[in-house]
Amino acid sequence: MSDLDAFRSNTRTWLEANCPPGMRKPLRSEADFCWGGRNWAFQSDAQRRWLEVMAERGWTVPDWPKDCGGGGLSPDEARVLKEEMERIGARPPLTSFGISMLGPALLKFGTEEQRRHYLPQIARGEIRWCQGYSEPGAGSDLAGLQTRAEDRGDHWLVNGQKVWTSYADKADWIFCLVRTSSESKQGGISFLLFDMQTPGVSTKPILLISGNSPFCETFFDDVKVPKAQIVGKVNEGWNVAKYLLGHEREMISGMGLGGGGSLGAATKPRDPLLRAEIAAFDVDAFAFQAMSERFAAIWKAGEAHPASPSMMKYAGTELNKRRNELAMAAGGNDALEWDSERSRGGKCARDWLRSKGNSIEGGTSEIQLNIVAKHILRLPGA
Amino acid sequence: MTLLTDDQKMLQDTAASFLAAEGGIAKQLRYWRDTGCTDGFGTALWKQFGELGLAGICIPESHGGLGLGATEAALVLEEIGRNVTPSPFLGTAVVAAEAIGDTAHADRWYPGILSGEAVLAIAVDEGPRHEPARTALKAKRQGNGFVLNGSKQFVVQGASADMIVTAARTSGSPGEAKGLTLFAVTRNAAGLDVENVTLVDSSKAARLTFDNVQLNADAVIGEVDAGWEPLSRALNAGRAGAAAELIGVASGASATTLDYLRQRKQFGKLIGEFQTLQHRAAHLYSEIEIARAAAFKAAQLLDSGDEHAELHGSVAKAKAADVASLAVRESVQMHGGIGMTDEHDIGLFMKREAVLGELFGDVYYHRNRVAVLSGY
Repeated sequence: MSDLDAFRSNTRTWLEANCPPGMRKPLRSEADFCWGGRNWAFQSDAQRRWLEVMAERGWTVPDWPKDCGGGGLSPDEARVLKEEMERIGARPPLTSFGISMLGPALLKFGTEEQRRHYLPQIARGEIRWCQGYSEPGAGSDLAGLQTRAEDRGDHWLVNGQKVWTSYADKADWIFCLVRTSSESKQGGISFLLFDMQTPGVSTKPILLISGNSPFCETFFDDVKVPKAQIVGKVNEGWNVAKYLLGHEREMISGMGLGGGGSLGAATKPRDPLLRAEIAAFDVDAFAFQAMSERFAAIWKAGEAHPASPSMMKYAGTELNKRRNELAMAAGGNDALEWDSERSRGGKCARDWLRSKGNSIEGGTSEIQLNIVAKHILRLPGA
Repeated sequence: MTLLTDDQKMLQDTAASFLAAEGGIAKQLRYWRDTGCTDGFGTALWKQFGELGLAGICIPESHGGLGLGATEAALVLEEIGRNVTPSPFLGTAVVAAEAIGDTAHADRWYPGILSGEAVLAIAVDEGPRHEPARTALKAKRQGNGFVLNGSKQFVVQGASADMIVTAARTSGSPGEAKGLTLFAVTRNAAGLDVENVTLVDSSKAARLTFDNVQLNADAVIGEVDAGWEPLSRALNAGRAGAAAELIGVASGASATTLDYLRQRKQFGKLIGEFQTLQHRAAHLYSEIEIARAAAFKAAQLLDSGDEHAELHGSVAKAKAADVASLAVRESVQMHGGIGMTDEHDIGLFMKREAVLGELFGDVYYHRNRVAVLSGY
């Protein structure tokens, strides 16, 4: 038996013994996620136990180093763990922007001290992070951001406003892009970390067309941030920001998988013209699934073009919008119900409306196409 | 999904440099077209496939081949597509080789394929659309053998083939998968009329008329009435292969077009500076990457004998044809007037895509098959 086979067999046995039955059911929506954090109210004992046992092994972040709270698994072992979790339908024990976005950036740009301080907290689900990127005047033109951080000797003094801060009202800490110099656009940006309980921080949820409020406006009014809480050098935060965006885009592209499987099998369209459109969609969705598998392998092997998450994000989110359009069509007038139990609180319609944001958040589709044209295709003037 | 092994990368490099050097448009496609070649491809190039071992990729080592599979064939076919190289590789070395595998016909034909001398074809379609289960060409038992009556069309390189793998009905009725039998029919069989037809891309396909063609029992490939299984294996190999060749066509057209966007000036600017063209080029890039991943996955699943290989074969063929069609349409449009001329190569990609898109089932055939295999 190879080492990998032995790892698989041990992992299978361990998962069978330790994954609570309640955590072997498909996630129905974001409401079933375990986000963790200081104020997290576990939805069940099973959810709490599952996080504890997985964090104990470092398996909330299987491929992070052990001294950062990770499992220290090789790419092959991490893949086997993922396959074995999928085999029994195990839910992810923890979902967080700390895992998917900040963690990779700290692993690459953080000091040894920062890695050892912040990463284990993320791995154990103790601190929930949010992302302070967009501003009212800086959306697609992100580097035009104006939130200022002034050097006041022993601290940074932060003033300004962020928008589209996901779950800012529920987060414990924020990773935030701030302007530390006005002399250069991209070269005047720094990357700060601070506690959302710091005096001067306030949040206001934004009601979306889906009727939900996953995003906030976030205000900073004379917020004092200790000098050490900067990632990378002063005025060199744009590199950290771009690297992190790659991870964010890679994560968002997963939406294209829409839970996987055939939309036609789920909706059984009888109308022949709708069936034909859904079959065309299913071809694209299965093909994108193949792309995601391939991309994951290339990304893990370190062979991916740094701009390739833009391609994945573009394709995945456009696909997810199409899936939702067709799900609405297949649902007919049933899909229009907004708050009935029958419609699970208008899930189809709300998902459809929410999906419109996929090709905007994390950089619009048009921005992703710009990036592909410039960095991958090397077209002139792009 | 696993990435290419070192051996596969080496094979890819071999195929890429061989086809770029020997299989280019001026040397092959245009040359044979403009000299009125009745084969539509160069026999010398086919021998080179043999000398390099490429013709034996799908032939088992016990027969002297490389004993590889659909994944390796796909690597070669992508390069064939990129250069729009006319050759018997797909029809002979992939599809027909698969159809006759593990039968006495393999002993007869594999040596000729290995040396790049034999050309084999497969005759399935009987109308303008691909509907293999609707095969009606009748094979009636007579004495110790069979007599065949009916017709076939879109038989790629049928007039050049030494032997044509022919799907015929020995029982049941059109629409049923059961009751089909594959026969090895030599091109000069008495009663077989072969019309050599030139297609839009200058390749050749035959229309065959079987008028009381008499065959011995040993012409049967596999078992009587059980032809659906080897036919499906051969068609699935052909679909994965055609998908890979389409990816090559799309990549070749797209590379040519990106070069043009970097050179052509209008309004005092390189046209590649215009965002409307940049976005279309970036979208196309994304689609080609996705289609390549689908084609590669389909080939890998075929090689591992996965239960979902049929589904992903259809996904790959439908997606590759869809994307290659987008690639050639965008390419001709972005070239402007020069793209409409015969002198420029870009139109040749469009013509090749049309034929490959149709081969072994078009986009609509395979979308429907994805729906049926998914249970709706």
